[in-house]
Amino acid sequence: MAVCIAVIAKENYPLYIRSVPTQNELKFHYTVHTSLDVVEEKISAVGKSLGDQRELYLGLLYPTEDYKVYGYVTNSKVKFVIVVDSSNTSLRDNEIRSMFRKLHNTFTDVMCNPFHNPGDTIQSKAFDGIVSGMMVQSG
Amino acid sequence: MESLTLSDVEQKYYSDLFAYCDTDNTKKVASNGRVLDLFRAAQLPSEVVLQITELCGATRLGHFGRSQFYIALKLIAIAQSGLPLRVESLNSVKDLPLPRFVVGKNEAEARHVALYQDTDSQGLYPASAAAVMPRPPGRGLQNKKAPPPSTSLPVHEVVQPLAASVEPQPEPTSPVVSPDQSPPTSPPSWRKHKRQHSGGNVDRPPVVAAAGAVWTQFREPQTAPVSAEGMWASHSPPPPGQESWVSFTADTPPSSTLPGMHPSSVQESTTIRTVASAAMTNEIQRQSSGYDDPWKITDEQRQYYINQFKTIQPDLTGFIPGSAAKEFFTKSKLPILELSHIWELSDFDKDGALTLDEFCAAFHLVVARKNGYDLPEKLPESLMPKLIDLDDSAEVPEQTADVGYSGSPVEVTPNKSPSMPSLNQAWQEMNPNNEDTAIVHPVPIRMTPSKIHMQEMELKRTGSDNNHPTSPLLTKPPELDEEAKLPASMKFVAANTVGEGYSSSDSFTSDPEPITRQRSQSGTSPEPLKVVAPPPPPPRPHPTHSRSSSLDMNRTFAATSAAGQAQASAIAYLPAVPPRPLPTQTSAPHTGLRVEAEAAPGAAAGLATTAAATTTAAATTSPQQIPQQPNFADFSQFQAFAASEQPSSLPEVDKHSEAGPVEKAPEGAGPLRTVKSDGQVDERASASVNSAKGASGPIAPPPKPVRRRLKSEDELRPEDEQHGPQKSNVIAAVLSTQPSIPRSVGKDKKAIQASIRRNKETNTVLARLNSELQQQLKDLLEERISLEVQLEQLRPFSHL
Repeated sequence: MAVCIAVIAKENYPLYIRSVPTQNELKFHYTVHTSLDVVEEKISAVGKSLGDQRELYLGLLYPTEDYKVYGYVTNSKVKFVIVVDSSNTSLRDNEIRSMFRKLHNTFTDVMCNPFHNPGDTIQSKAFDGIVSGMMVQSG
Repeated sequence: MESLTLSDVEQKYYSDLFAYCDTDNTKKVASNGRVLDLFRAAQLPSEVVLQITELCGATRLGHFGRSQFYIALKLIAIAQSGLPLRVESLNSVKDLPLPRFVVGKNEAEARHVALYQDTDSQGLYPASAAAVMPRPPGRGLQNKKAPPPSTSLPVHEVVQPLAASVEPQPEPTSPVVSPDQSPPTSPPSWRKHKRQHSGGNVDRPPVVAAAGAVWTQFREPQTAPVSAEGMWASHSPPPPGQESWVSFTADTPPSSTLPGMHPSSVQESTTIRTVASAAMTNEIQRQSSGYDDPWKITDEQRQYYINQFKTIQPDLTGFIPGSAAKEFFTKSKLPILELSHIWELSDFDKDGALTLDEFCAAFHLVVARKNGYDLPEKLPESLMPKLIDLDDSAEVPEQTADVGYSGSPVEVTPNKSPSMPSLNQAWQEMNPNNEDTAIVHPVPIRMTPSKIHMQEMELKRTGSDNNHPTSPLLTKPPELDEEAKLPASMKFVAANTVGEGYSSSDSFTSDPEPITRQRSQSGTSPEPLKVVAPPPPPPRPHPTHSRSSSLDMNRTFAATSAAGQAQASAIAYLPAVPPRPLPTQTSAPHTGLRVEAEAAPGAAAGLATTAAATTTAAATTSPQQIPQQPNFADFSQFQAFAASEQPSSLPEVDKHSEAGPVEKAPEGAGPLRTVKSDGQVDERASASVNSAKGASGPIAPPPKPVRRRLKSEDELRPEDEQHGPQKSNVIAAVLSTQPSIPRSVGKDKKAIQASIRRNKETNTVLARLNSELQQQLKDLLEERISLEVQLEQLRPFSHL
């Protein structure tokens, strides 16, 4: 469904970013980078009002004419960003949520791997597989 | 088949190959992997191989007989020589070189050829399909001069590498040299050699083959660290190589410079080398056994892994934390990325720690990787941790048989998302195999390290439960629980029935139960059930709920009935009708009841109301009923209900009863119905209670400290006796079967009555639930009576 999926670390550098290869990847990198501002804004806003019960799913961050950007942040301030093609209007919010949930679960598995140092880029084949599965469908 | 004349050399060569491929010793080589690998190793295009297969008649026969095999080999030789494949050419081509089977590098081909001539005594180099032998040609040539005994060769080889160095690095130099030597050995000279040796070696092909295989496999470890993965990439991991290699590591090298079974890469390779000789014979056997599954762990390997596990974690049922495992596997000098991948594959439950099974799988993968085998994308089936009890030594070889079983958890675990159905199916699948524990099904409990661990993982993941609603039912009479060494679940059930509705759940070890009950009902309780009732998947609504709980039950019932679970609905119904208490409350002997009674008053008002409603009816009978067992009363009521009333509102209940539940179940349903129908049932209940009481008077099922099953059965039995005629045919039939259950409680019937038993147990649970509810009611009634008496005493003037 997605054209680009990115995992951003707490310090706002990318741990993992993957785009549908046909497109200009740099464009997506920029998009993700700019969406981080929106994420930060949402985190800071929500965090103060609700205390520790912050919603992990941030929803639509940044719609442009070409695509939509959705965000999700974990409790450890790791952010997941999914860029979806705007023409793919059939995607519902629930589906995006489930994608994020899957991403989060897979990410947790990667973190559980003792050979993975937090802060390293994610090189897990399982993670790659999941992400590819999410991206292939979008086309 | 066309007659085939083979030269001596060819004959010998082919027989060696056939022996190599004839893993089953059936003189008939099916198109198993070895044959295919062999043909693939011939480096012929696949269509040629197909053609050869057809020509030799294997496709006709469906397998390769000895003659077909020989013809195929000869055709391969012909094809490799560039000659057209034709049947006639089998016998017409003169001076045909032996078919060459290439493995690995290009020079392997020449090496193989050379090898073969040299290693006539050494055996089958095709067997060493996966081995790129850096040194063999050199060695082979040397050995050729003085053909040593076949067995000594490997030792020879072994010694030399050992002497060379611990590190495999020196190895690569030899391959550079050796291939140069082999090409010059052209077929003619080679053949000549073969002829020379054939005479002496004809009688030793098997040993030679084994030795050669050992020897070649021996090479693998040496080259593994050196050669690129690509070398073996084209070949499926040759099981023989892997097997024997691993076995090498498993065997503590008798002699060697090995510092011990340290898992470091260096040491591993040295271990392998030194062990090579020792394990040769083992390897021979393993070669044939392990071929089918390259990832299968042999006994020696597993034992070695277990020993290694012990060095990290002495408790075999415990975990190795991720950090320790990381340290351990880092010593193998594999790149972190690969170790990370191995971890992903082997940490089955994704908990960041390795159980013994996971550790063995990881270790096995490390070993394979060091040997150059590519890591699989998914964990091979034989490496998957089994859910059965981990028996270190004995069961290891049989674990493959359990793979199928463990398949369910495999499918289940990947569902990270809470999925009741998947967990249910896992549970369902597990249950049949645990007939003994069918009743006591420890959902979250750790029965065995891997299994329970898996269960816990699943439970955590799914956050649910299958906590069996039957658990409440299982603990039928609380008093029984107290006395009996009934499994906790039983107690819990009773306790739950009593305690759940009541904030104070008391004497029973009901704490887990209430939690579990709640869990089963609402699925919110995070605590795992200590004891799980038998299989019934649908969460059973908590049987004993006080009035509020009865409301909950109704809701639950609605939910469960929506689910279409007869049992669930029946059970759901049961709790809803606590009011049908049999006044026959065994107050004295049942302190539990007392507790319940005490708890009851403090409990929800709903129960009181229902109790009040039934009290009037029950009061009349209470004094008489007291000595009677609640069960009986329950049964009788239920029976009456079941017989008399067929409420459409509770079709499931009927079905449930008809399905053969214990009388209790229908009785439970009866009470439920009562609640539902508000009143009429009460009357009927009372009536039936009375009748039941009368009938059940003589039959007082003594609380049986025996297993729950027995208890239920015993309870059932007396009930059967009482209510036999009243029971519907189905129920009677069920009951009749039940008495036999206690007799044959033993394992012998389990397999046969697995499903029946489950249903019965469910029924039993329901019945117990029912009885418990009734007991609670009785207690409440008694409490009420006593309170009334006290009131009268305290207020003499108000007494009228």
